[in-house]
Amino acid sequence: MKFVDEFRDSAVISKIAEGIRRLAGSNRPYRFMEVCGGHTHAIYRFGLKDILPENIELIHGPGCPVCVLPMGRIDDGLSMARDTNVIFTAFGDMMRVPGTQGSPLEHKARGMDVRIVYSPSDALKLAKANPDRHVMFFAIGFETTAPSTALTLMRAKAEGVRNFSVFCNHVTIIPAIRAILDSPDMRLDAFVGPGHVSTVIGCRPYEWIAKDEHKPIVISGFEPLDILQSILMILRQMNAGEHKVENQYKRVVPWDGNRAALRAMAEVFQLRPYFEWRGLGFISQSALSIRDGYAEWDTERRFSVPGVRVTDPKAAQCGEVLKGVLKPVQCKLFGKECTPEHPVGALMVSSEGSCAAYYNYEHRKAMVHILRQPA
Amino acid sequence: MCLAIPGKIVEIAPESSNLATVEVVGVRRKVDLGLLQDDMPETGDWVLIHVGFAMSKISEQDAIDQMQTLRMLGEAEQAIQEVRGYGLDEE
Repeated sequence: MKFVDEFRDSAVISKIAEGIRRLAGSNRPYRFMEVCGGHTHAIYRFGLKDILPENIELIHGPGCPVCVLPMGRIDDGLSMARDTNVIFTAFGDMMRVPGTQGSPLEHKARGMDVRIVYSPSDALKLAKANPDRHVMFFAIGFETTAPSTALTLMRAKAEGVRNFSVFCNHVTIIPAIRAILDSPDMRLDAFVGPGHVSTVIGCRPYEWIAKDEHKPIVISGFEPLDILQSILMILRQMNAGEHKVENQYKRVVPWDGNRAALRAMAEVFQLRPYFEWRGLGFISQSALSIRDGYAEWDTERRFSVPGVRVTDPKAAQCGEVLKGVLKPVQCKLFGKECTPEHPVGALMVSSEGSCAAYYNYEHRKAMVHILRQPA
Repeated sequence: MCLAIPGKIVEIAPESSNLATVEVVGVRRKVDLGLLQDDMPETGDWVLIHVGFAMSKISEQDAIDQMQTLRMLGEAEQAIQEVRGYGLDEE
């Protein structure tokens, strides 16, 4: 059974699916990348692949912040937790992500003070409640999350809370898209643009994709209907020989983004010259560091962070999967050494990673199917 | 990771205009309004919340749809757990 049968607007969905089939025809293959991990999760969860015609292939992009974080950064952050005066805080998503010496959760089991927070402002609150300890917040996320970290740092500075710092791992989406388009083995026709990142950055930063790369990009919401409608909008552009930025998620994404959020980011953060992405390697100007004015709240400047570099296991083909050259199941480790319970590569780490999503839905579905076959 | 949770503003904190109490399926917690300072919401407005910060104003219908999307994605529980966790009230 397709998930689509359960949707409240299944009639509309069938109609859009029919429109997609008509526009896509059967003469050529289409390769669209959904940039955002939330979309990847939704596509698998809702079984949208089963609705799309076979000549439309969805490539899963780099928009999963947990997945693209290099293992060395996890080791760096956790090295801080060994100081008994430090309280290590991070979002729940980070807790099971393995470093070479284990995950944050495993460090907690070893007696280190590792705590989940749901908001950076709660890490700050923890610092105020524990004036004799140092509270470090392990910050991850794209532009969706970076403004909240920025505002928290502004509040820490304004209130003079000095026993608080941020280990900044915030990344920016545009350079990652550029790196993917620049890679020689890449062939993409269009993009389904990220929804919540765009509430912050708006639609303008994508204009070069349309103008210079001549590829359509449609900013999309997360409902099944949103994603299908965005694919329909892409096909309409392609059939008309157009390439522009369109906003399907207008109910949430303003064309100019959220200026207050952008101001907070500009106040606190600057671009790093380069940053390592798991699966993609070093990408220039693709991540944020903390400005001089906030140096006192920057974990990397306040403490000596070892700067660990960990090479990803050679057998894991995360880079190829991330660029759509291989499907998750074509990686040698997929479902064998590398599973969501024991991730080897980046894309198996979070439920938004394409390998984990594929494993949780497609792979399990296939296994159930095999198990149900009469012997 | 980029979970956006719909909530209704039930009270703007009298001591700081940057803090509001929101209600998400019966759970009330404080969130930060600092990222909406150019277009401040009022009591009764609906917002999308991410990591304890309201990031955009939305309509009531969009809020209902968003909650439904989270349910379909199997993330509604996670969202409510996140909201419950705001403010370290459970500590």
